[in-house]
Amino acid sequence: MQARQTYGAIGIKAAVLLIGGLLLFAPFLFQDVRALEVAARICVFIVLVASYDLLIGYTGIVSFAHTMFFGFGAYGAAILLRLMGPGWDAVILGGLLGVVASLIVATAVGLLSLRVKAIFFAMITLATASVVLVLASQLSQFTGGEDGITYRVPDLFKPATKLLLDDNGKVVKWFGVSLNGKIAAYYFVFFTSLALFIAMLKVVAAPLGTVLKAIRENEARAEAIGYRVVAYRTFVFCLSAAVASLAGTVYAVWLKYTGPDTVLSFAIMIDILLMVVIGGMGTMWGAVIGTVLMVLAQYYLRDLMGAASEAVSSLPLLPDLLNPDRWLLWLGLIFILLVYFFPRGITGTLMQKGSRQ
Amino acid sequence: MTLLTLENMKTDIGQYSVLHDVSFSVPEGGVFVLLGRNGAGKTTTLRSIMGLWKPSPGSVRFRGDDITDLHTADIARKGIAYVPENMGIFGTLSVAENLILATAKGQFDQNRLDRVQVLFPALKTFWTKQAWSLSGGQKQMLAVARAIIEPRALILIDEPTKGLAPSIVAAMAEAFSEIAETTTILLVEQNFSFARQIGRDMAVIEDGRIVHTGSMADFVADKALQSRLLSLSA
Repeated sequence: MQARQTYGAIGIKAAVLLIGGLLLFAPFLFQDVRALEVAARICVFIVLVASYDLLIGYTGIVSFAHTMFFGFGAYGAAILLRLMGPGWDAVILGGLLGVVASLIVATAVGLLSLRVKAIFFAMITLATASVVLVLASQLSQFTGGEDGITYRVPDLFKPATKLLLDDNGKVVKWFGVSLNGKIAAYYFVFFTSLALFIAMLKVVAAPLGTVLKAIRENEARAEAIGYRVVAYRTFVFCLSAAVASLAGTVYAVWLKYTGPDTVLSFAIMIDILLMVVIGGMGTMWGAVIGTVLMVLAQYYLRDLMGAASEAVSSLPLLPDLLNPDRWLLWLGLIFILLVYFFPRGITGTLMQKGSRQ
Repeated sequence: MTLLTLENMKTDIGQYSVLHDVSFSVPEGGVFVLLGRNGAGKTTTLRSIMGLWKPSPGSVRFRGDDITDLHTADIARKGIAYVPENMGIFGTLSVAENLILATAKGQFDQNRLDRVQVLFPALKTFWTKQAWSLSGGQKQMLAVARAIIEPRALILIDEPTKGLAPSIVAAMAEAFSEIAETTTILLVEQNFSFARQIGRDMAVIEDGRIVHTGSMADFVADKALQSRLLSLSA
């Protein structure tokens, strides 16, 4: 017996489908380098934010160590690509090493600290992530320190690589876009992100997802019906860490650079938190909506404000207020308004609207 | 045959000693009622059996095995279901999800599901509704349904009639009698008129001590004893 979906839920799912379609055809629809960067970042961050939502939204675990696991995956691939050269073996082995490191740290932190109250657990994850961030800066012989690591990726992803050739030996173009290594790299990011996102959808749709929601609502009740809460919380912490690590590996392959600012910084952790809150906790669709809005705002709000500032240049005060340098102020205001009007996040609030009798 | 035995159980909550010396045995089959006034230690007894509060000293034996130091989840997996006073349902989950949580393999056994839906037909109507939106009686039905959706040896039920309309209480009495044909129930109650309808054996707890045990029929017949232990008019 299936519940009838609200119009809000149908609308959100349609929006997610539209975003999926736009991301699928992004190289052909938005033919500039920056747009492709934005599309790839959205793909990776949807996975990262969705994996964080498994923790905070589905299980009620507040962690500040999610970028640490993202960093393990990215640095794993980066270090091996530098050491072993630009081959798939380095990507796969680096990714696996990142996952193994994430699982070891997540299991240790989980078993030692998931018994304590939420705030203490959050503090422990914050401390662990801080230690890893300092180590990444200090162990410069492996990590490149503050400068990070630049490396080459498999030949398939080189911009000069021709995926399809015409009769004259020239690279084939579809809709005016050359089918080169950059397109291959984007689709590597898109399809691995899609696979990871679908895997998480399967997890939350399975009985495990229901158990996690029960634990979030009341741990003692979940235990009283036979669920070992610490074991489940540790398992989901490990699962979330492994997915974040894989997202880090994918991002490292896309960027061809890995440094503390791109994968480990607390600024990224705050971005992830904002994306989860804006999108709506406890729903995978929220990760998609929150990520798209936040990344678009980060990349295009400044441009939009520049255009708006020029448009109102003849008026007093407004051009100053809309000065592109003040984009963070406006981003903050937009965030406050979103929290005010969508207290359960955009997805969480809208999915309750428009019930069908 | 004895299913559950509590021996010299003493439970402290923080600095307060709630149970001083609780000993009684629950025989297999039927409804065993633990009666007592507010604050006598009825809920603490059930929570101590479930391992939510650890008795020290004292022991809890289930089918002969000492379960005193087991984890709550492991006690539940031994075949003991707990329906707490506040019903213990998950409000943000649907009726179906609440029930599926209590299944061993994450899927329903059709025969047991049919039995639950015959006992509590209202649940079928609200199958996909979130549990917080149910009425008090429906929430209680859901809580009991969750306890019987899998085969259990013992169900601990804490004051199921509290705040319910008389018609719902009557339906509950009927349902409990039917459940007790296959599953032992340890029922904590203040509502004596409800308890006497379905109870086979009983105990009375007062200030954390068991002050009487025996058959419900004998207790019902002894008006003076009722008056002394429960302040009921003779």
